[in-house]
Amino acid sequence: MSTTRKIQTPLTEDVIASLHAGDMVLLSGEVYTARDAAHRRLCEALSQGLPLPIDLATSTIFYAAPSPTPPRRVIGSIGPTTSYRMDAFTPALIEHGLRAMIGKGSRSAQVIESIKKNKAVYFGAIGGIAALTAGRVTKIDLVAYEDLGPEAIRKLSILDLPLVVINDSRGNDLYLSEREKWRTLS
Amino acid sequence: MRRINARKITKAVKTLFIEANTVLGKDVMEALQKALSTEESDTGRQVLQKMIENADIARREKIPICQDTGLAVVFVELGQDVRVTGGPLQEAIEEGVRQAYQDGYLRKSVCDPLTRANTNDNAPSILHMDIVPGNQLRIIAMPKGGGSENMSAARMLTPAAGIEGIKKFVLETVEAAGANPCPPIIVGVGIGGSLEQACILAKKALLRPLDGEHNKDERLARMEDELLKRINALGIGPGGLGGRVTALAVSAEMMPCHIASLPVAVNLQCHVARHKEVII
Repeated sequence: MSTTRKIQTPLTEDVIASLHAGDMVLLSGEVYTARDAAHRRLCEALSQGLPLPIDLATSTIFYAAPSPTPPRRVIGSIGPTTSYRMDAFTPALIEHGLRAMIGKGSRSAQVIESIKKNKAVYFGAIGGIAALTAGRVTKIDLVAYEDLGPEAIRKLSILDLPLVVINDSRGNDLYLSEREKWRTLS
Repeated sequence: MRRINARKITKAVKTLFIEANTVLGKDVMEALQKALSTEESDTGRQVLQKMIENADIARREKIPICQDTGLAVVFVELGQDVRVTGGPLQEAIEEGVRQAYQDGYLRKSVCDPLTRANTNDNAPSILHMDIVPGNQLRIIAMPKGGGSENMSAARMLTPAAGIEGIKKFVLETVEAAGANPCPPIIVGVGIGGSLEQACILAKKALLRPLDGEHNKDERLARMEDELLKRINALGIGPGGLGGRVTALAVSAEMMPCHIASLPVAVNLQCHVARHKEVII
């Protein structure tokens, strides 16, 4: 693991190209929450040629749905949901410009191939530390699909969100390489 | 016949779900501390430290430990000498769930399986009810996250597969789950009964305190021990980022089954292993 580096959204081609699997980063700027139901809607809109509520090319998508915001707080608890459920939709979003995703857990071979081909990046956040992660969010705004409740698309302003590069633009996979390194089961 | 008012049950259920979602059990905190002292990976230790810090913040600030505040699983043991007054027992429980998720700012994560439309109140709960001797009512609230539940599995093994087949299935399930269920995990194993009973046994196994206690059946105690060692040799590690601690515990429960079958269920639980109980 290398030392932690600060990066800012929107993530440029150069920044994405410079990230390697295993790099620890602190991400600041704006990210958009979208998970299962929102992914389905985004892809349906794409297939019908309709405009999307977010600009994929400049957006970082965070697979997350926060708990409700209590009084006098910025946001409820928030953390990544498991990413593989978005795998069916991800290549289409990447084809249409998406370059950065945040979640937890391994991606499919097709997603990793799409990440490599289109020079994108998949970051991992630690699951289940949502009270801690909430402290890195400075603002939350509803963007689209309000009827989806917790699954609506929301814009989060974040400051130094700790992430690790799981799949870099060269097709490396940190989960696989680390597991091999530590595996002792014969 | 002892009377218990439905309103009292609603209030208890509400309190249990809010507490379970904001205060991580002492046994889980201690297990995480112990994991921190045994983990060899630097990254793994950092992840464990963040998990402990996170649980501290949640408890102090009374906010959910995890944004996934779960499907509301409820185990009820109703003494046969109890009479619930003032309304149906099940409705009292559902109302407690609704109030907890609304008033406790917990995320409502329940939807129609086909339309995916949110029910907007986190009801219905998953209610397991047993009638037991006595005049007390025991309620266990277990908010269960989707990430770890999704990685769980049940399989009808053949009697020929035997205990080696059970161990192989558990290991395969944990290995396939990888980083997805938020390791370090707790592995609940249900053996025997029927398809659904194996699953219920696996879920009940997750209620066992993480204090190192094994199943009283020697065969299961040995299996729990061996499986924990082998799971922790998989290398998945805290957060799935590599390391020695993939699971905090393996708990197995068993009951007799059909001569044709060997049902096995593996219910995975994330490091935010939440459950709280009350006896009324």
